[in-house]
Amino acid sequence: MNTIIETKQLTHIYSAGTPFERGALVDVDFSAYEGEYLGIIGHTGSGKSTLIQHLNGLLKPTSGQVLYQGEDIWSDPKRTRRTRFQVGLVFQYPEYQLFEETIYKDIAFGPRNMGLDEKEIDRRVREAAYFVGLRDDQLQRSPFELSGGQKRRVAIAGVIAMEPKVLILDEPTAGLDPVGVESILGNIRDYHQFHNATIILVSHSMEEVARTVDRLVVVNDGHIPFQGSPREVFRHGDELEAMGLGVPQMTRVFHRLRAMGVDIDPSVYTIQQAKAVLLDKLGRSKEVG
Amino acid sequence: MALKDITLGQYFPGHSLVHKLDPRTKLLAVVLYIVALFLAKSFVTYGVMFLVLALSIAVSKVPLKSILRGLKPVLFIAVFTAVLNLFYTPGTHVLVHVWIFTVTMEGVLQAFFMVTRIMMLITGTFLLTYTTSPILLTDGLEALLGPLKKVKVPVHELAMMMSIALRFIPTLIEETDKIMSAQRARGADFESGNLMQRAKALVPLLVPLFISAFRRADELAVAMECRCYHGGEGRTRLRQLRYAARDRLTLGFFLAITVLVGVLARFGL
Repeated sequence: MNTIIETKQLTHIYSAGTPFERGALVDVDFSAYEGEYLGIIGHTGSGKSTLIQHLNGLLKPTSGQVLYQGEDIWSDPKRTRRTRFQVGLVFQYPEYQLFEETIYKDIAFGPRNMGLDEKEIDRRVREAAYFVGLRDDQLQRSPFELSGGQKRRVAIAGVIAMEPKVLILDEPTAGLDPVGVESILGNIRDYHQFHNATIILVSHSMEEVARTVDRLVVVNDGHIPFQGSPREVFRHGDELEAMGLGVPQMTRVFHRLRAMGVDIDPSVYTIQQAKAVLLDKLGRSKEVG
Repeated sequence: MALKDITLGQYFPGHSLVHKLDPRTKLLAVVLYIVALFLAKSFVTYGVMFLVLALSIAVSKVPLKSILRGLKPVLFIAVFTAVLNLFYTPGTHVLVHVWIFTVTMEGVLQAFFMVTRIMMLITGTFLLTYTTSPILLTDGLEALLGPLKKVKVPVHELAMMMSIALRFIPTLIEETDKIMSAQRARGADFESGNLMQRAKALVPLLVPLFISAFRRADELAVAMECRCYHGGEGRTRLRQLRYAARDRLTLGFFLAITVLVGVLARFGL
């Protein structure tokens, strides 16, 4: 797999040179591969938001590099701006950034800034709206008439319409009901598959990332202590708990079983896996018994 | 982002004598101080005022560095006033005469006093906001303006509005920062272009900012009404303002200084 975006010894210090100086990231080496679905987890203040804002050039590293397709994004201003379009970033609660009179115009804001022609803008707006499940007849309405969940779809469509190669979403499901959560995650998966785009999903919910991502990066205190498949990461159950992150419920049950002396693989994180492992275990026990 | 560095009515918590004074005392003392400052006209009177200011700063234990940092934004105004005074004060002792510009001894003195006055004025008021929490400050204002209620001035409402406004300044700054980042991620450009383009670029920032300010106001109003807020009528306070001996002493001191400066100025000193 090819690396699409990476950071090399990325360090970011807020308010450098004042008494309020605070290192948010320290020598972070991070990479995301082309077409993968990556999860970033970390609790509030761990540095995950600072990390993602470096990936599309909103923050400038204090030291270290950010490479997009092997090129330093800060090497010249044109490249920085281009990277912003290639690496789409959906902030937390993005519905508060809507400003246009109609949904159509709001979604078109990004593509228009890219300098595309009207025809291409129209195609992208309609396609993005389709991805997030907005109907054509809604496009001429004001975004402020919509419900909270619908507004969030419009905001996500506004970033998708730029057709970024890398789509980063910061807690896209925060504050939504379970149906809304499922539907937004479904929309993101559609975009991932249709465009073969790299998705980076930032979350603090282990359950959510465990079900959706291929690979997981844990951010804690400005460092990346663990990364790998969810199974590998959840093996560090105790360390994760110590970071205030916790593991999915299933993993916790299995860790507990193990602590009680049952010889069982503790890296399970979905009900399906749990069922398979348990059946396997019971089957073998029967043979022994 | 430079937005975070804005200091507006910044408060430095502390336990000095100045911090402990009643906010009403401090407000009155600042008023007296300003009056005295405008009465001062000579080296002697300015010297007295400077000593008073230096003493107050020393007692407050606010680091000199933070006070000087606060003065930076007004430096331009001070220099501008100084230049105007330097060239436009008529006088008899001509020092330099170039083309249509004349610099007189009176002009130099006038410019010097003007800058000193502006700087001391601002430092004095800074000391008030540095040592008084915004809540106490508005409480003090409300108490001092209390008599105006008799002539139907909504003093309590004004004070409440002021404390809410102060409370939401950092929130709004943070919000601005966030929306700016979000729009920049969609390719908005706030830094380049001519004046017209820049003004237009602010629309995607200002519209969401106003909407969220209104939303916050709405939520706050509901939260206040849920807790039975109905204005100042019959409202009691957690912190009662009470004058102590130190307040009487401080007020006496500032009153004496003002009278002293006034008398000195009267005798042409």
